[in-house]
Formats: sequence, structure tokens, C-alpha cells
Amino acid sequence: MLQIRQRVEHHRFLFEELVKRDFKKKYKRTVLGMVWSVLSPLLTLLVMKLVFTQFFGRNTPHYTTYLFCGNLVFSCFNESTGQGMTSLMGNASIFTKVNVPKYLFLFSKNVQTLINFGLSLCVFFVFCVLDQITFTWKFILLLYPVVCLVLFNIGVGLVLSALFVFFRDIQYLWSVFTMLLMYMSAIFYTIENYSPMVQNLFLLNPVYLFIRYFRKIVIEATIPTVWFHLLMAVDVAIVLGLGCWMYKKYNTRFLYYV
Amino acid sequence: MSILEVHNVSIRYMTGDFKEIGLKEYVMRKIRGEYRVREFWADRNISFSLEKGDMLGIIGTNGAGKSTLLKAVSGIMEPTGGYVKREGSIAALLELASGFDGDLTVRENAYLRGAMLGYTRKFMDETYGRIIEFAELREFEDRPFKQLSSGMKSRLAFSIASLVQPDLLILDEVLSVGDGAFRRKSEAKMREIMAGGATTILVSHSVQQVEELCNKALWLEKGRQVAFGGARRICGAYQQYLDKAVTLEQAKAACAAEAGTETDER
Repeated sequence: MLQIRQRVEHHRFLFEELVKRDFKKKYKRTVLGMVWSVLSPLLTLLVMKLVFTQFFGRNTPHYTTYLFCGNLVFSCFNESTGQGMTSLMGNASIFTKVNVPKYLFLFSKNVQTLINFGLSLCVFFVFCVLDQITFTWKFILLLYPVVCLVLFNIGVGLVLSALFVFFRDIQYLWSVFTMLLMYMSAIFYTIENYSPMVQNLFLLNPVYLFIRYFRKIVIEATIPTVWFHLLMAVDVAIVLGLGCWMYKKYNTRFLYYV
Repeated sequence: MSILEVHNVSIRYMTGDFKEIGLKEYVMRKIRGEYRVREFWADRNISFSLEKGDMLGIIGTNGAGKSTLLKAVSGIMEPTGGYVKREGSIAALLELASGFDGDLTVRENAYLRGAMLGYTRKFMDETYGRIIEFAELREFEDRPFKQLSSGMKSRLAFSIASLVQPDLLILDEVLSVGDGAFRRKSEAKMREIMAGGATTILVSHSVQQVEELCNKALWLEKGRQVAFGGARRICGAYQQYLDKAVTLEQAKAACAAEAGTETDER
């Protein structure tokens, strides 16, 4: 534990500089850059609201919040993993020359998406007020899915960024996969019309679990079961474990592939 | 106690189909049994050790395995066989001008590079003025890095690297950049670092430079170690070999014979 702290301390300066660099590169030192990153999910929300209210909105209470929960979680997942994927490869010119911990590149990208997520979350709460949601103490529990989501994103990011070094077409396969995942995450529809069997299948989708947790707390004001919590934790542990294992295994072999 | 010990190090490089083919093609080729990976040995059975204050020059033609060896020494690569034992801190500068970010300013790049080399923020704050002064880039401080010439980039890289006091400093083709004036300045700086007791490894295409700066030399040829020992003799033999006055075997024999009678040249 002490050793890890020392290593973190040792690399803190590098990590800070990497975060700064990614930040500057992303927003190109423009004010609109940051505004845009909040605006674009709102536009998605607007379109979904306009299109789907006719089909699904009539019987779903607080449909705007329902949609926003889905969009908030999914866009965070999508952005974090999509950008995390190229983080290692994009820094190839650094890690083939200097011996630095390679996961720092991914972490730095994730700090970026976390800031975006934070901003979106603020907007989300504003929308909750507009949608006449009652705020309860249970909102504190939202920390759990947020932490899970962040760790899950890091795990997927580790796996993807490692794979991307070996197989460049992962990028296209992943974008197809995320699109399918979006349709399977019940972002704009409800799953109540499916048979119980199919409804249980949705629980296999970690992203759906995160969304469901948000909706339970915010819209229904109920706390999910212990099993639900455990299921999320197991998903996170599996992905994170796989990612760490890949990085450890290929640590010195990545550079053969760049 | 030697500060660096490279024992029987071999490094196998993989090349071949796996690069750029993508997952779908990879699976297809695996199924059809057409997936091929070629391996070649970039370095074979390299052994040497350095004492504190040694300055080693690595010479050899292109593709001799010099840069690969340095990657193993600096810990970026794991040797396929043998081992590398290091004592103390290490700063490696491989192919200097790369690894900078074109969109960031000179100042931001300097800090980023400093962070990569393991400096602290405090150290960078204190020495930034000296770095920029030495690199003669004062008026370019806030310019985007991509606007700089390649000579300027290397100058900055060298300035940042030379300010550390690492126990082991690795320089790959560093001194061959910049104009004549800066080159003299950087050579003087190198001598200063050496005098400070740092162990240094230098890769250079200039035999003359190695002869002047280094006290030891390692000659690599197609991944194999031809000779290791006093810089003057090995450089002499290498120059003769380059001039085609002697064959590789003769040069090797000459180095080996002299190594027997050699006393410390420092």
C-alpha cells in the first residue's frame, strides 16, 4: 500500500501534465469547446424527447428524466471508452521512448470525461427540478452507480486501449457494438412489456444496471436490492481485472506493435 | 560495484503479418493457418558492465541493434534472454525530438518532458529559466511547438535532459543535432555531466565524437557484439573497418588482442 502511494506521488507531476495536455488539446483553448460538450448530449435528449414521447412517453411517468438518466449514463460510457481506446496508441511516441506507467494515459483521458460527466450531472439535476422530481436523501446513493460507472469505464478502457494496439479495426467494431448496446440499454423505452425471462436478460447488460439504478433512485425513490448492488460490483470487478491483467501481461510487448 | 550490468542480453523482435491487419483478418488467417510471425534477433548475447563515471559510446552501422539495446537498458523493453541490472536513477533520451506535442507551447512541452523524465514540479519551476536559456529559445517560449525547426526541438530536449543529475544518462543521437555552435555547447555540457560523476551511454554515428568524449566503447554489428573496451582502440579498429582496410574478423581480433594488454585509459 505504501509502495503504491509512493509510486502515485512519484508520477503525480506527470499525470497532472498529461491531464492538462489532454484538456488543452480537446478544447483547443476555446470557451465554446466546453459548452459544446454539455450542449451536444442535451441536443440528443431533445431529439429523443421529440421523437419518442409519442410512442413511449405516454405511459411513463417523468419521461424526460427517464430519458435523461439513460442518456447521461450511456453518453458517459460511450465517450469514456471511445476516447480511452486510442489513449495508449496515441501516446506511442512517448511510451516507446520513456519508461512511464502506461495506464496514466488512459486515466488522464478519463479525468477529462469525468469532468464532462460532472457538468452533465449538474444539468441533469436542473432538469429534475423542472420535471418536478422530489429530492430525497436517497440521492446520496447515486454515488454508488457513479463510482461503479467510472471504474467500469476504466476497465473497459484498459481492455480496449490494449486491444487497439494489436487490432486497429477494433475502433469500427466497437462503434457498431456500442450502437447495438445503446438499443439494448432501454434508454428510450421501458422493458415492462417484455416477458419476465427477457427482462432478466437485460440485467446481463452492465450499462443497463447503471441506468436502472439512477432511475430507481431518482424517479421511483426506492433503493435497489443488495443483489443488484452486488451484481454491479461483480461486473466492475471482472472488467477491471481483465484490463489490469492485459496491461500487466503486455506491458513490455506493446511496443512491438506500434 | 558496477552501476550497470548487461549480462548476455538478447532481444528478439517480432515483425510480420500481425501489424495493421485487424481483428477480422487475424481470425480469418488463424482459421486458415496462414498467420505468420517472423522473428529476428535485434541483439544477441551482449554483455558489458559500467562503473560509476564511465562514458560509454555505442558504435555500429544502421540496424546494428544500438537503439534496441538502449531500450532494454532503460527498461522500456524486457530482454528476451539475459538480464540488465541497474543501480540508481536513470534518464533516457531516445530519439529526442519525437515525443513532443506539436499543439502545446514550448513551455508546456518542457514541463511535460520534465515530468516524463521523473522531475518534480518544484525542480522544473526552479530550473525552467536555465533550460530555456541554454536552449536559446527565450523568444519562442509561448509558440506552438510545431512552429519550431527540428534543430530547436532537439536543443530543447537536450537542455531539459542535461539538467538532471541522474546516476545513468542515456543519449541516443543527441549530440549530432543542432548547429555547430550548439553542438560545441552541448559537448561542453556533456563533459560537465561526466565530471559530475554521472555514468553516460552515448549512441553516435560520429566515430570521432565517441573517441573524444568516451572512455569506453561498444561495437555492435548486426546485433552481435564485436568488441567492448577502451574507446580509442575500438574506434580505431571500427574506423579501419569502415574504410575497408581490414575485415570484420581482423578488426575483432585486433580489439581482442589489445583488450588483453589494455590498461585503464582514463
